[in-house]
Amino acid sequence: MTPEASPLISWVSGLSLVLLGTGLLLTLIRLLRGPSLPDRVVALDLMSVLVVGLIAVHTLRSGHTVYLDAAIVLGLISFLGTVAFARYIAMRGGK
Amino acid sequence: MTDFVAAVLLFVGSIFMLLAALGVLRMPDVLTRMQAASKAATLGVVCMFLALAVHFQELGVASRALLVIGFVFLTAPVAAHMLGRSALSLGVTLWPGTAREDLRGNQDTGASSAAPAGASGEIQDGPPGPRQSD
Repeated sequence: MTPEASPLISWVSGLSLVLLGTGLLLTLIRLLRGPSLPDRVVALDLMSVLVVGLIAVHTLRSGHTVYLDAAIVLGLISFLGTVAFARYIAMRGGK
Repeated sequence: MTDFVAAVLLFVGSIFMLLAALGVLRMPDVLTRMQAASKAATLGVVCMFLALAVHFQELGVASRALLVIGFVFLTAPVAAHMLGRSALSLGVTLWPGTAREDLRGNQDTGASSAAPAGASGEIQDGPPGPRQSD
């Protein structure tokens, strides 16, 4: 049911965990110092996509495929959040 | 063999995601940051979930991975479009090398045809309520 992760897969998935963590840190810098509100919203959207990727890597490492549902739900929620932020910015800043 | 394919897809996907984060950090402008984030991150998600489908080789996992891929392909451009439009209506300062801006002076977005309003991050305040008509 849950295939054992081969050494190659476990090594590459550990490497990609490191890469995704670095990406999260870079995005966090942009989120903290982004000069305008849309910058921060872009950074937040990218962070949620990176977390979806982290869930995928963790699914691959652990072999529990139930985490895929969490990835689907997180993608849905982040899309709704980004659309809500865009509407809010348009309502507040537009003419 | 499937292990090798899955490992290559996983590595390529995480590289794309790292490049997206680097672009969001290093690009000079809201719109350029947005295109780095949406396109590279979409490619990264596609590669990673293809790696999942190749690795597990089950129908349930593959169908859910395809569901995630289709969902990201549908939602990422829509979210980027709405966010870019509202950022332009906010009047953010664009990169000085911007060659053409078709929405300048468009009534719909409210981007002013005068100089791009103020420093970036300044929100033109004002209650969103009904405007006073003269």
